[in-house]
Amino acid sequence: MHPAFSVIFLTTLIGVGQGLFLAIFTGQSYSAVELLPSEDSVAFYGTGAMIALGFLVAGLIASVFHLGRPERAWRAASQWRTSWLSREVIALPVLMFLVFLYGVMHFFGWDTVLFTSPTGARLQVTLVVGTLGAIATFALFLCTGMIYAAVKFLQEWASPLTVINYLLLGTMSGFTLATAFASLTAPDLVHFFGVWTTLITLAAFVTRFASLVRNARIKYKSSIQTAIGIRHSQIQQKSMGFMGGSVNTRDFFHHKSPQFLRTVKLLFLLLAFFAPLILLWVGMEQNHSGILLAAFVVQYLGLVAERWFFFAQANHPQNLYYQTV
Amino acid sequence: MTQLALVIDLNVCVGCHACVTSCKEWNTSGSAGPLCDDNPYGAGPTGTFFNRVQTYEVGEFPNTETVHFPKSCLHCEDPPCVPVCPTGASYKRDKDGIVLVDYDKCIGCRYCSWACPYGVREIDEHQKVMKKCTLCVDRIYDESLPESERKPACVLACPTSARLFGDVHDPQSEVSIAIREEGGYALMPEWGTKPSNHYLPRRKTRLHIHEDELVRADNPLKKEQREHAAPVDAPTLDDSTSW
Repeated sequence: MHPAFSVIFLTTLIGVGQGLFLAIFTGQSYSAVELLPSEDSVAFYGTGAMIALGFLVAGLIASVFHLGRPERAWRAASQWRTSWLSREVIALPVLMFLVFLYGVMHFFGWDTVLFTSPTGARLQVTLVVGTLGAIATFALFLCTGMIYAAVKFLQEWASPLTVINYLLLGTMSGFTLATAFASLTAPDLVHFFGVWTTLITLAAFVTRFASLVRNARIKYKSSIQTAIGIRHSQIQQKSMGFMGGSVNTRDFFHHKSPQFLRTVKLLFLLLAFFAPLILLWVGMEQNHSGILLAAFVVQYLGLVAERWFFFAQANHPQNLYYQTV
Repeated sequence: MTQLALVIDLNVCVGCHACVTSCKEWNTSGSAGPLCDDNPYGAGPTGTFFNRVQTYEVGEFPNTETVHFPKSCLHCEDPPCVPVCPTGASYKRDKDGIVLVDYDKCIGCRYCSWACPYGVREIDEHQKVMKKCTLCVDRIYDESLPESERKPACVLACPTSARLFGDVHDPQSEVSIAIREEGGYALMPEWGTKPSNHYLPRRKTRLHIHEDELVRADNPLKKEQREHAAPVDAPTLDDSTSW
């Protein structure tokens, strides 16, 4: 497929936003049961939620550039019964609203304690909103992943690993940002987020690598024989019917060399997983927020490369019909 | 239930592209607006077409065969492009099984074109909406046209009658009989999309002549022992007299 930067930025940016919100909410959940100290509502929970919202909004803006007719985008919420894209179009604003609500409630201190358990755990209103937000976050990861996993013709994508990777890669980048953010606003949470980030990054590496292994061994269902229905081992296309190219030649192929693809693959494995882990470790050792922020930036660039490769690697069967000018 | 479709005879198609040009002409002149066409006479001409004719070489020289292969939307009975559409712009009509795009609802997200293994959906890069073969839905029901012309433009244009049009659910229709009796097949059956359009394969007409058909076995001269002594390929009386 042709990697469109609008979709690359949409999926990576909302991934960061979702992951950051999950991280902030995880921090609050731990403090509610007194496993972690409670942080400042405005500086940490409120601001963190607003940064997450910023990433979600940026992703939404990026998505607009993918549409031919963005002014009709509201219609896209109508087919949620059958279309994962439609479900995503619903899940994203719902999450944005909940993250906004969570942030605003923390900013203005609308945080009534609903009840306190005998052991001292407090159920705050923001926790309820945060739980709904976490559910929306997972729903959005599922929708985003299924948009790709549900297209059975793109065999590289049609796998549960696609959904798992969207979940883990997004969460990973959000937790990395949360570590850097905590080093600025809540230093006693840096190690808590750092350890989680390391674990999620390692898990994401395992599942992403598993999908690379799976895709290297794919056996394609369609061939030139099934495409035109002629049973002969030697069939060559002599003409695709036009000379100047069309949507079919532009939208479904990356037009780069296999060498370029291999380079991007190595680059994303390095930038999205290994470099951030080292920077994270150094940053935590030195307690340096600049290095932790660099870990996030490097990882984000790695994820942009990862998403580019994700699209470029998918081989659409329609390309069988467009092999020779 | 009716399912309108095309049946394309690869045994007859000569690859003249008349169906491509007449399709473009009819569909660029309709009420839905033009199909985009950039640099039609310049370098790198590109645009939206509903129908393309491709050419394949089967076999290795000198034992090759050239196959011209017209490709347009197959109006699948189970179209994978329809359920993925987020707006409902892409739909399959209950009435006649034609898969259509409502250009007023399409947001141009291209997701349906990902979900079509045949690559027959082309986005109009000027109107920014997805377009595809409509089976000339604005023509086949037009009662102002004589009945013989209520067919898709490509079918009417084909000089060799390689394109048939009709209801593939009616067992007695021309298209159903052609599919049944001439070995009609669907493209990429492995995906279970159940394309309605079918293709008729190349057919060879071979003449089998046995030796006893060349030599008259029951020649009465043989019975009367007055058989012509000369070899079979020697000139006969006819050869020397019929001038």
